[in-house]
Amino acid sequence: MSSRGPRLLEWQLGTVAELVQETPRVASLVLDVPDWQGHLAGQHVDVRLTADDGYQAQRSYSIASAPEDPRLAITVERLDDGEVSPYLVGEVRKGDKVELRGPIGGYFVWRATDDRPLLLVAGGSGIVPLMAMLRHRAAAHSATPTRLLYSSRSLDDVIYRAELERLGSAGDGLAVSHTLTRNQPPGWTGYARRIDRAMLAEVTWPKEQMPITYICGPTPMVEGAASLLVDMAYYPATIKTERFGATGG
Amino acid sequence: MTVQQSDLKLDGNAIGGLLREIFAMEMTTAVGTCASCGAVRMVGEVVVYLNAPGAVVRCPSCDAVLMRIVHGRGKYWLDLTGVRCLEFSA
Repeated sequence: MSSRGPRLLEWQLGTVAELVQETPRVASLVLDVPDWQGHLAGQHVDVRLTADDGYQAQRSYSIASAPEDPRLAITVERLDDGEVSPYLVGEVRKGDKVELRGPIGGYFVWRATDDRPLLLVAGGSGIVPLMAMLRHRAAAHSATPTRLLYSSRSLDDVIYRAELERLGSAGDGLAVSHTLTRNQPPGWTGYARRIDRAMLAEVTWPKEQMPITYICGPTPMVEGAASLLVDMAYYPATIKTERFGATGG
Repeated sequence: MTVQQSDLKLDGNAIGGLLREIFAMEMTTAVGTCASCGAVRMVGEVVVYLNAPGAVVRCPSCDAVLMRIVHGRGKYWLDLTGVRCLEFSA
């Protein structure tokens, strides 16, 4: 698709074809969207809910599906005091219609034709746009050397856990590392702390290989990881960030 | 729940849809020059606060206000005082 050129961003209706409970607080909505124009890995959609009295609430959600997937998937974390996410996680049912517009964004996108070594750093539901990149990478049979560092509170909070395990053991150049910051199950061999300089130094690619890095998660985590990489003399223009504030819902 | 200031801080990706309404273009890859410090950044990289009435966009280098965007009552108010130049592909 082309992301350039004037074109109105129209609201469209998608039909919920499938619901996947990813974790106790997180669900994926797989949508049939007629005339979906296609998207790039890393882009998002705006979702709008309209109440009976006409009140509207709108939020942005990253697209989780690969451009190659026949259906559009978004993954939503339920924020209890949110206006939109409690509906999308818990109330919405198969066959329901959801109003959305997109795809939106051109900065935080990755294309499988980019063969620079890739480092993905995710915190919590910040994994979603990075998962679209990993799904795109797999669907395009890319062998781009890729590492994912994914920070979650506990093992139960890890979104796409089984799929990440499968992708990470496919032998096509993807390595997945987890860090669990609050609780670790017995026998846990992954990291067990917040992302720090030593951890990044272990997972990132040598500077000489000119890697590209995508970081997505809560604002403090994104800014922390990005500044550490800049301190380590990685070129700022090769570090792309997307902040998920707690404003959402 | 304690809301910290940092929780409300987002980036230019968060206003991609809003800017598309106004410019009818993908704008997160547009490049802006800060009128205060001269930093040249992609819109996707700038700092955005959505907790104000509307969106307040700040320079990630010097924190000066680049843009203020308010949408309501069928109108947009767009203050671009802090942007010396905004460059995007035709």
